[in-house]
Amino acid sequence: MNQYTDRRYVFAVAIILVGLIFMIRLFQIQVIDKSYEQYALSNAQSVRVIYPARGLIYDRNGKIMVYNKAAYDIMVTPRLVEPFDTTELCEILKISRESVRERLESARSYSSRVPSVFMKQVSYENAALLQEKMFQFPGLYVQTRTLREYTSPIASHALGYVGEVDQAILDSEPYYQLGDYIGVSGVEKAYEEYLKGQKGKNIFLKDVHNQTIESYQNGRLDVTVEVGKNLTSTLDMALQEYGEKLMSPYVGSVVALEPSTGEVLALVSAPTYSPDLLVGRSLGVEFGKLATDTLNPLFNRALMAQYPPGSTFKTIMALIGLQEKVISKRTEHHCYYGFYVGNIHTRCHLHETPLNLIEAIQNSCNTYFINVLKSTLQDVKFSNTAEAYNNWRNHLLSMGLTQPLGIELTNELDGNIPTPDYYNRIYGENHWNYLTIRSLAIGQGELLVTPLQMANMTATIANRGYYITPHLVREIEGEESIDESLQERHYTTIDTSCYGPIVDGMDLVVNGGKGSTARNARIKGITVCGKTGTAENPHGNDHSIFIAFAPKENPKIAIAVYVENQGFGTTYAAPIASLMIEKYLSGEVKRGWYENWVMQLIQPVAPARKKDSLVADTLQNNESDDGTEE
Amino acid sequence: MVQRNSVFANLDWVSILLWMVMIGFGWMNIYSANIMEADGGVFDLSQRFGKQLIWIGASLLLAMLMLVLDAKFYFYFSYLLYLVMLGVLLGVLVFGKEIHGAKSWFVIGGFQLQPSEFAKLITALALANLLTSHNYNIRKFWHLVKAFAIIAAPPMLILLQPDLGSALVYSAFILVLFREGFSTNIMMMLATLGLLFFTTLLLDKALILLFMVIISLIIYMVVARSFKKGVVNGLLVAIVFGVLYGTDYLLKTEFSPFLMGLAALIPVALVITVKGFWLREYVQMKILTGLFISIVFIISVDFAMKNVLKPHQQHRIYVTLGIEDDPQGVGYNVNQSKIAIGSGGFSGKGYLKGTQTKLHFVPEQSTDFIFCTVGEEWGFLGTTFVILLYVGFFLRMIFLAERQRSSFSRIFGYGFISVMLLHFIVNIGMTIGLLPVIGIPLPFFSYGGSSLWTFTMFLFIFLRLDASRLEYIR
Ligand SMILES: [Zn+2]
Repeated sequence: MNQYTDRRYVFAVAIILVGLIFMIRLFQIQVIDKSYEQYALSNAQSVRVIYPARGLIYDRNGKIMVYNKAAYDIMVTPRLVEPFDTTELCEILKISRESVRERLESARSYSSRVPSVFMKQVSYENAALLQEKMFQFPGLYVQTRTLREYTSPIASHALGYVGEVDQAILDSEPYYQLGDYIGVSGVEKAYEEYLKGQKGKNIFLKDVHNQTIESYQNGRLDVTVEVGKNLTSTLDMALQEYGEKLMSPYVGSVVALEPSTGEVLALVSAPTYSPDLLVGRSLGVEFGKLATDTLNPLFNRALMAQYPPGSTFKTIMALIGLQEKVISKRTEHHCYYGFYVGNIHTRCHLHETPLNLIEAIQNSCNTYFINVLKSTLQDVKFSNTAEAYNNWRNHLLSMGLTQPLGIELTNELDGNIPTPDYYNRIYGENHWNYLTIRSLAIGQGELLVTPLQMANMTATIANRGYYITPHLVREIEGEESIDESLQERHYTTIDTSCYGPIVDGMDLVVNGGKGSTARNARIKGITVCGKTGTAENPHGNDHSIFIAFAPKENPKIAIAVYVENQGFGTTYAAPIASLMIEKYLSGEVKRGWYENWVMQLIQPVAPARKKDSLVADTLQNNESDDGTEE
Repeated sequence: MVQRNSVFANLDWVSILLWMVMIGFGWMNIYSANIMEADGGVFDLSQRFGKQLIWIGASLLLAMLMLVLDAKFYFYFSYLLYLVMLGVLLGVLVFGKEIHGAKSWFVIGGFQLQPSEFAKLITALALANLLTSHNYNIRKFWHLVKAFAIIAAPPMLILLQPDLGSALVYSAFILVLFREGFSTNIMMMLATLGLLFFTTLLLDKALILLFMVIISLIIYMVVARSFKKGVVNGLLVAIVFGVLYGTDYLLKTEFSPFLMGLAALIPVALVITVKGFWLREYVQMKILTGLFISIVFIISVDFAMKNVLKPHQQHRIYVTLGIEDDPQGVGYNVNQSKIAIGSGGFSGKGYLKGTQTKLHFVPEQSTDFIFCTVGEEWGFLGTTFVILLYVGFFLRMIFLAERQRSSFSRIFGYGFISVMLLHFIVNIGMTIGLLPVIGIPLPFFSYGGSSLWTFTMFLFIFLRLDASRLEYIR
């Protein structure tokens, strides 16, 4: 009794149909759709990142300046978190329940799969305690990182600091991951490539509980961790520390260079701050405090403050005059308390008269150098003032005064040496002459330079005609040498022979008899050559300036000191330069009394000066009475 | 001796060969899925592949036992076994051990037995017995009720454990009834209800209602063989709908579109009913009845989904249907399973080289999700092989069933085919994300003694009956 036998075909067809549907579906997910392979990989791989220690930084004598300490971040992978004993976690980390919840929430909002920082830089004790009990807190783990530590709280502006990468870097540089550290400023930023090393990567296979099972492909895809390269800085720790100490009562900057190499021996910007402040967890808060400080300690005055060079610029005026042969070292000018033409006058101080070039430098005579400017701009070689001025300006260009010098740090600013067009615009073509811009002759007016440029100018004089771009790093571990552009000599457009009289004049400034303006910079047994300066400041006390190099032959150090709002260059800047030179060349300062005296000279400081106001001051300063010069 | 020889002489060795391939390949994959934890070799009895070897050995003995019994034994004892089985299913509710929230297991000296597995086999025997009883006519209502009673009793008890997956398997027996002449119309209706069930979950109820009205009109046009009448009725419906929705729009009432549709149907239904009685034209009324039943069904499914099922059950169904997305929760299993299979590519990662299954990303990787291991390690070639293997096996079984002289053997055969087919469809459909995650094993493939033994006994009882296919059993 077998009815309905045809229905067997319904069964057969249905079964074959099911088989076909399954095969089509499998073809789709196994052969056509490739995304599952990716999912499988990310499922089963666990990448353990090993953070390299950042390169160390030594000073020029091999003393360690910057090293690392271990820091412990608690990381969380929200997907793996299971309910745990919150009370215990709160106790270990000393945070509230609410805080735990918020931290988890914020991690979750970033990604449920990618680990993010649950808590930054917990103490070693807490990290160790947590590590012990880690099995109780699935989804959490301890990530060891390194933080910067400093042997001495100095050189913050030169060294810079290290901070967490921001979104812009995350977007542009794939190497960095959220929570990674990067050099934010200074040498740390400039040499990030060397200091950072190479993060290591161990790829493991993991199971669904995130337990690692074995090394993936026997570690073939692993990346070995590479420790960051050590750097040897050009800084002399002792000198840097000493400079910061001397400058501690003042606002201003000291830059010391080794003339023959362009190496920066000290880079002081006062007020400064301890580099320890901008490390790790405290960075945010401390940075905020420093940023709102009215004296603006974060502002790197050595590279960014644009100051009028004052009388120190007379050395340059002399050099150009000699080169253009509009004066000789025997050229004499009379001066009776100042420079007078019609109703225009620029005062000068009491000194013997007439003076030749060397004596004029020694006495810092305003009248003399306005006359030098007159001769230079009225040079018959040129058809008009603008042309002569342009030629004059080109000499400054060759001395690195018109553009940033190119030190490794990225925040360096240039000075301001106006172009002829600038004066044409202001006064009209052919409507200006040496009288209009006579303030330039004494380093005032529109003229602005940075302390680094002033130091470099001094080094150029010390070298008698060339400079090497100032730089902060002299050796990179594993590299033959530093960048070639930092070793190349930049010759000025002034012949070496022109430098002799200027150097002699600078010698007399310090070591001369009657009329020498910086006898207080003398050091027994060392021939210091220097030049004082005072920059007029209509909003407060004048700025005190001194440039110097020593010894006279084969100079080892060139220095520029700029002390804001403290008056005569002789009084403040010269002793500081002198002490710095002694410290560097003798290794120790025998004049302890002098040091104390310098640091107690401080006058009440006028309100903090910003870059803009400095420019404004000097621009207003152009007309009529140019004020006193030494 | 003579009879025994004849049994072996008449055995269908093709089926046995396919059976061995399924069991062998299944074991290889169980081995692969568990090898990471193993350290004691292939016979490590602490491991699933070691235990599975025991189950396979025991199933060989069971197969022999099934073959040596007289063919008539299965028929004579089927009711008795059925009653005993019902008792056991009751017993497991009392004495059973609860594993994963279901009281489905007897634990005897370290071994776990799942009586609901064996119950399928016995139900098939009892059903075959009933359908071949004297004067049985499947087209008679009360006869049909008896068949349904036999089919429905075990799953009722199994649902109490509760084990939804195992209970669901019994619906496969409807296929047996179909083969034996169950009305095509009722089958169609059941299929329609099934379709309605899923569409109710997937689509807006008002939309379904609209479709049903349109389909009703089309059926009417076909049955009445009049395009004009269909259009007239269609216009009637459309006007009523239009008036109703227009009023609704103007008055800005906030009745749901579904309720509005129902309200619109009432006057239409009244008109059709009155007109139908008046003209003695019943076609329209039959269609109307069908429509009415469907609407009641939709409402009850909707009600059941929202009020009877627990939230996690609702969720699971919604995720399976792709209405809700939840890669970490219920969807996790399906997702991981698809990742494992999909990552196998065309030719697979190689035997023992899968990562997803070994690293436990796939849940239940040696039982319900064993097909993932095949997919990952053997790729599309492997999965196609397995599917062709099963399709071939099913076709062979149909061939065997149809050559029986005894209806009893044929019906039992179809019982076996239907149950195994349902397992096959649901299990593979679930691993490749086509069907909801209902935890039932892949016959002969998945790890587990109860399942392996049940299907082995199923097969070998059928082969034993087939060996006596020339005898008249009943
Ligand atoms: Zn004078």
